[in-house]
Amino acid sequence: MGIDWSFWLGRLGWDALPDNIVTVGGAIGGVLGVLFIIGLITYTKRWGWLWHTWLTSLDPKKIGVMYLIVAGIMLLRGLADAVMMRAQQALFATTPGVSPIDADMFQQVFSAHGTIMIFFVAMGVMFGLLNLIVPLQIGARDVAFPLLNSISFWLFFAGMALINVSLAVGEFSTAGWLAYPPLSTLEYSPGTGVDYWIWALQISGIGSLLSGVNFLVTIFTMRRKGMTLMKMPIFVWSVVASMLLVVFAFPILTATLGMLTLDRTIGTHFFTSDLGGNPMMYVNLIWAWGHPEVYILILPAFGVFSEVVPVFSHKRLFGYTSMVFALMAISVLSFTVWLHHFFTMGAGANVNAFFGIMTMIIAVPTGVKVFNWLFTMFRGRISFKTPMLWFMGFVVTFTLGGVTGVLLSVPGIDFQVHNSLFLVAHFHNMIIGGVLFGAFAALAYWWPKFTGFRLHEGLGKVAFWCWLFGFLLAFVPLYILGLMGAVRRLDHYDPSLGWQGLFVVAGIGIVLILVGVFFQVLQVAYSIWKRKELAVGPDPWDGRTLEWSTSTPIAEYNFPTLDEVHERDAFWAFKRSGKKRPTSFSSIKVPKNSGFGIYIAAAVFVMGFAIIWYMWWLAAFALVATIVLAIAAGMREHVERTITAQEIARTEKKLWGTAS
Amino acid sequence: MSVTSESVAEEKTLLAKTSVGFWLYLMTDCLLFATLFATFAVMRDATAGGPAGRDIYDMPLVLTETVILLISSFTCGVALLGMMQKNVRQVLLALISTFALGAAFVVIEISEFVKLINEGYGPQASGFLSSFFTLVGTHGLHVTFGLLWLVILAVVIYKCGLTSKLSRSLTLFALFWHFLDLIWIFVYTVVYLMGVVR
Repeated sequence: MGIDWSFWLGRLGWDALPDNIVTVGGAIGGVLGVLFIIGLITYTKRWGWLWHTWLTSLDPKKIGVMYLIVAGIMLLRGLADAVMMRAQQALFATTPGVSPIDADMFQQVFSAHGTIMIFFVAMGVMFGLLNLIVPLQIGARDVAFPLLNSISFWLFFAGMALINVSLAVGEFSTAGWLAYPPLSTLEYSPGTGVDYWIWALQISGIGSLLSGVNFLVTIFTMRRKGMTLMKMPIFVWSVVASMLLVVFAFPILTATLGMLTLDRTIGTHFFTSDLGGNPMMYVNLIWAWGHPEVYILILPAFGVFSEVVPVFSHKRLFGYTSMVFALMAISVLSFTVWLHHFFTMGAGANVNAFFGIMTMIIAVPTGVKVFNWLFTMFRGRISFKTPMLWFMGFVVTFTLGGVTGVLLSVPGIDFQVHNSLFLVAHFHNMIIGGVLFGAFAALAYWWPKFTGFRLHEGLGKVAFWCWLFGFLLAFVPLYILGLMGAVRRLDHYDPSLGWQGLFVVAGIGIVLILVGVFFQVLQVAYSIWKRKELAVGPDPWDGRTLEWSTSTPIAEYNFPTLDEVHERDAFWAFKRSGKKRPTSFSSIKVPKNSGFGIYIAAAVFVMGFAIIWYMWWLAAFALVATIVLAIAAGMREHVERTITAQEIARTEKKLWGTAS
Repeated sequence: MSVTSESVAEEKTLLAKTSVGFWLYLMTDCLLFATLFATFAVMRDATAGGPAGRDIYDMPLVLTETVILLISSFTCGVALLGMMQKNVRQVLLALISTFALGAAFVVIEISEFVKLINEGYGPQASGFLSSFFTLVGTHGLHVTFGLLWLVILAVVIYKCGLTSKLSRSLTLFALFWHFLDLIWIFVYTVVYLMGVVR
């Protein structure tokens, strides 16, 4: 009589450890990396500092930086997956047996690539920016619910952790980034991969949902006095549009993943291919969330460009009102196009025609925005700094992607290129050219606001040109391949098809992108090293919005006084009014640190892990722990501390002293 | 003087923030249910040779459930009125009645589920039953969480009286409870009534 291990460990056993050379390497590398970081922190005795200054902080500026760090690391991981795919298709796909990656592994790689890039890079970058910029731009000191914000971040972190644990323990999904059933049902994917996918998304998705609520309330109730809706900076408007989509779309994801979970764990028949299950129901539901999701990602990037272009053209934004209407139109229309992801489902000609036309219509407000940016540049004094270069790269790639998108919206054409590399090239055009270039523009634009020095311009330009040409080299061949009939997710093809040359060109493209990433890392490292020489004041670009009116570095309370604003470009008007900075202050309340974000996310992480491995006792225990912790978090008292007027006067003197 | 007016203003913005936030949360919950309703609407005929709704629904019992939940919404409203009149006794009595009614609702629902499962009509039997159990069960789970919230709220109000924070929490709880009632009206109509009429 031994212990019944299957009760305690579920289906977890030694066979969960990786056996493929690539996963072993990845797992060992990942574990060593984490151990190295832990060792470094222990050696430099920074745990207390890390805990008090960063991990438990409720300051959105710090939470924003943590989002960006996680997203940056995940970008490297997603890029590694992309390199593996490009290498496989360029070098090994024509001769079977030589590749270190087998078909199953290849499927895990592309599933992980898509999942990580969307959920843990694009979403992470977006929420990072929101945390950093939104409170400052609306002239507020914080978000509406500081603790909830921290919980959101740590749930995002827990989801990210789960997806990376799957590298070392178990496997990842082989069912693609949206895990279509019946492939993702228990019958065809009996392993833990799809479960890892479900719980990584479910947990981080709930974090996103809470963030969506939080930022909407922040923007609706905490704007500076005098800042009416139509005086908000356009980036904030883009956030409103995007967060409305979060609030309306993410519950669909939560419910859909919940139903897939039930199918896989208790044996219901929502999406199975037997007993009345309906796999197409899943495809409809997941895209009813998924299509708004791509706008959730792109709208804040539009907002970034709408800030960058006026500042670097030294002109007011052209067509503010039409910009706002375009944003709102996009957010409404984005719920009416989901079926264009599966025209081939067989919904019938009329249904396809409706969704095709809606898809063409949604291109109109997007076109309005592009023209607004171009008219903002028209007759402006344009300075070609890196943020502006990213914008111009974006216009080129995004227009290319937009045009191919409109092509795809024609059902007749879609039938020809459905699920081909043409589609893959199209959406990478939108997401790299749109979201990622927007994030890079934002990084270069707002970096000096938070650090006090700018990023090295020359290295940034080299990185930009590598990215732009690398991107075009990597994805234009995919358009051609798609038209030649190459479908997505191929791990091998016959050499007689003559595709290899174009795949090699695409492979060269990703090498160039890697060079670009290298220069970006170098740019950040070099700029930190040379920060004295690159030091700038609190308003280096002659900015127009309120975030540039603060000191650099920004005080914990953001603004010492909350003066009424009267203009759309509030700081621009202030600079021309000849008014002086305030000299008398009153005390300010700021939220105290709290570890509840970490505790709750840790409990949720354990719950997710336990359900993935069928350790039901642990799952129940973690669920109870989560509920108890949530109740305790709700019952906290004395959640704020007061900064006295004298302290503020001292801080202000110190901050502005160093800045000027 | 200035201190008090400041704290009144603070309390007002806090109430604004929490109620806007909670309304938005309710909207997200509403969409969660909308998804489950849509799924139910698609799957209601996917019986896979098993029973359809009209074969298994115990309509008198469901009507009892509905009446119980509606009355609990009334008692919840009484609690809110008591809060406005600063009448702790009324608040607590009304909350206890709400709890009793809510618990009765959950017990009836569980007994209905157990009966169906024992008859072999569990959620694994067909697509229709999967969507039925999930939609009705998700509502039941919400009610259960509401009961947990209610118990904690009542205990803390009993101990600390109606502080501003607890009043805020009670207001939000009432919103939540009425929202669940509203969802149930849709469940009753879409799942049960439309299931038995032809």
